[in-house]
Amino acid sequence: MSEEITPYQVVPKTPLAGSAAADIREQGEMTRRSFPFVITAAWLALTAALGGLASVLGRFMFPNVLFEPVQKFKAGFVADYAVGEVDERWKDKFGIWLVRTEETVYALISVCTHLGCTPNWLPTQNKFKCPCHGSGYYKSGVNFEGPTPRPLERAKISIDPSDGQIVVDKSKQFHQERGEWTDPESFIKL
Amino acid sequence: MASVRGIQEGIVNSQIWKSVFRVGIPNTNRKRVLAVLGSLILHLHPVKVRRSGVRMSYTWCMGGTSFFLFLVETVTGLLLMFYYRPTIEYAFTDIMDLREQAPFGIMREMHRWGAHAMVIAVWLHMFRVFMTGSYKPPREFNWNVGVILLVLTLLLSFTGYLLPWDQLAIWAITVGSSMARATPGAGNEGPMSGLIKLGDIRLIHAGDDARFGLIGGRSIGAATLLRFYVLHCVAIPLVAGFLMAIHFWRVRKDGGISGPL
Repeated sequence: MSEEITPYQVVPKTPLAGSAAADIREQGEMTRRSFPFVITAAWLALTAALGGLASVLGRFMFPNVLFEPVQKFKAGFVADYAVGEVDERWKDKFGIWLVRTEETVYALISVCTHLGCTPNWLPTQNKFKCPCHGSGYYKSGVNFEGPTPRPLERAKISIDPSDGQIVVDKSKQFHQERGEWTDPESFIKL
Repeated sequence: MASVRGIQEGIVNSQIWKSVFRVGIPNTNRKRVLAVLGSLILHLHPVKVRRSGVRMSYTWCMGGTSFFLFLVETVTGLLLMFYYRPTIEYAFTDIMDLREQAPFGIMREMHRWGAHAMVIAVWLHMFRVFMTGSYKPPREFNWNVGVILLVLTLLLSFTGYLLPWDQLAIWAITVGSSMARATPGAGNEGPMSGLIKLGDIRLIHAGDDARFGLIGGRSIGAATLLRFYVLHCVAIPLVAGFLMAIHFWRVRKDGGISGPL
């Protein structure tokens, strides 16, 4: 009986190794054996492509350059600040209150620890008061009224050895409730 | 009278008329149904509706009102975009100009009141659907689409809230976006975020957490304004429009507006 060639069969020209791709190339159609490999590879490729696309889109939303005030700045000399006062000169630009006491200088970050508004320093009442929901803090930054769950944060503060100026670095914060206010980087000892 | 009829037939048989309307005037109920089904515009409304579907005391017409208000917001919002610039130099003064200088200074107020009304209408629609049991099978899927649409409506309100760039807007978004700080694993104050460390350096902090990605910075600023503007005018309306298409289509496929139990 002569061999008939249907339109779906191609006579193999060269015997190739039995890989799935070779099967397809030789026979011109997918076999039962090659199908699972091909479909798995296709799904993996699609998943990888979509995953890559999602990561790129996600990363794109995180900017590399910020048009915000720098996190670290020089704040002049200790002698510029009066003892017992809350100094507001850096509040607008850098969001920092510098407080000098008899023995220390510390930098409070002017962000309410409740929901992120900017509290006001009320000298007559000797406290920080947030206008959004009424959280109140002592001069030390410790909370005593309103909805806030914890004290204000302090920023890293030091004296630049080259010129003797105060350096405030907001990128490192110190939390009182974690016992970090005893860290020597969280205040300047006078 | 014969001449009026002659004019009518002349119009209906003209090439212009025939080029617009694919079928002639349907003169039987069957042909009328087919004419509605075969027309892109007309088929948006069902051929038949339940008696309860047109009873105001049953539907409150709150779904239709929500969609109508979405259209109002689209049109008025599009008009506002001709005058409003989403930058910190111009945003607030442009809002003032929209009220004081733009023709028909009411356009911005319409957009604002329409937004309030839409939030109320969506809630009432949801309440009606709940009270009539219209979330039950086969309509569970559409209920879930509706819940997502509710969230998108609230997000549209939230993103639009920032655009006037006044004190109320800035602090409201400061407070509202603070929620993202508590995202588990991705917000710098969220649970489990403190566990993601390299040595003793926390990898999730104010400069790279979920809130940072949302507002494009550590605090509300120019990047946030532009970001919320794009979300408000393009991204969320596109998603909401797509889901609304599914929502309306499923109402029809699930058997039309549900009847009284």
